[in-house]
Amino acid sequence: MMPDLGKYAGAVLSSYGLSLIALALLVGLSLLKSASVRKQLDAAEKRREKHG
Amino acid sequence: MASIWQYANPQKFMQSTTAVLPYLAVLTVAALATGLIWGFFFTPDDYKQGSTVKIIYLHVPAALMAINAWFMMLVASLIWFVRRHHVSALAAKAAAPIGMTMTLIALITGALWGQPMWGTYWAWDPRLTTFLILFLFYLGYIALWAAIESPDIAADLTSVLCMVGSVFALLSRYAVNFWNQGLHQGASLSLDKEENVADVFYLPLLVCIAGFVLLFITLVLLRTRTEIRARRLQALIARERMA
Repeated sequence: MMPDLGKYAGAVLSSYGLSLIALALLVGLSLLKSASVRKQLDAAEKRREKHG
Repeated sequence: MASIWQYANPQKFMQSTTAVLPYLAVLTVAALATGLIWGFFFTPDDYKQGSTVKIIYLHVPAALMAINAWFMMLVASLIWFVRRHHVSALAAKAAAPIGMTMTLIALITGALWGQPMWGTYWAWDPRLTTFLILFLFYLGYIALWAAIESPDIAADLTSVLCMVGSVFALLSRYAVNFWNQGLHQGASLSLDKEENVADVFYLPLLVCIAGFVLLFITLVLLRTRTEIRARRLQALIARERMA
C-alpha cells in the first residue's frame, strides 16, 4: 500500500513526519492547557461559592 | 438579524462555541485525513519533481495559513483598538501559536523540498527570507504577551506589533511578484489554468487547504475559550487575595 517514493523517500517522509509531530503537539498542548485552566477555574468558582 | 458584536460578550461566545466546536472538530479530522491520505497514497509522481510533489499537501496549506493567521490577528487587533472588545484581543493571542506552528511547518517542509529540487535547504530568497522574518514576528508577539502583566497594556502593545508585522505577512505573500527573483516559484494556486497545478494534484490540495483552515478555526475557538477562562480565573484569584 505504501507508494514507491524512490530516491526522494527521505525528504517526503521527513516532511510528513515532522509536520504531523508539530500539528500533534499544537493540538495536544491546546487541549492540555484547556483542561488544566478549566479545572483550576472550577475549583476557584467552588471556593467563591463556599466563602461567598 | 443578530449583530456580530454579540459574540464580543464572553458569555455569548462561550455558549455559541460550545455548540459548534464538536462539529468543527469532526469536520477538521475528516478533511485533513481525506486530503492527506488522498494526496500521499493516491496521486502520481510529478514528471519533473518526482515524489517530492507530495510535500505540496503540507507546504502550501501551512504557508497559506501562516499568512492568513497573521491577517486574522490583525483584524482582531484592530477591533480591540477601535471597540475595546476583550474577546477579540484574546482571539488574536490565541491564534499566534497556531500561526507560528504553520510558519514553522512551511519553513521545514520548504527546506526538505528545496534540497532535492534546488540543491540547498536554504537560500536568502525573498519569499524564504520574509517567511523567516514572519516566524520571528510570531515569536516576538507571543513573547510580548507573556512579558507584560497588565492584559490591556499587553493587548495594546501586541496590536501595534501585529500591525508592523503585517507588512512582512503581506511581503511573504507577494515577495515573488515584487522582486521577481530567487529560487521560489510563484503561487501554486491560480485562476490562470496555465499557472495552476495539474488537476490531479489540485483537488486533494483543495481538500488539504480546507482541512488546515478548519483546523485553524477549531483551534482558535478552543484556545480563545481557554484564554477567556484564564482571564476569569485571574479575576477570581485577585478577588480572593483582596478578601
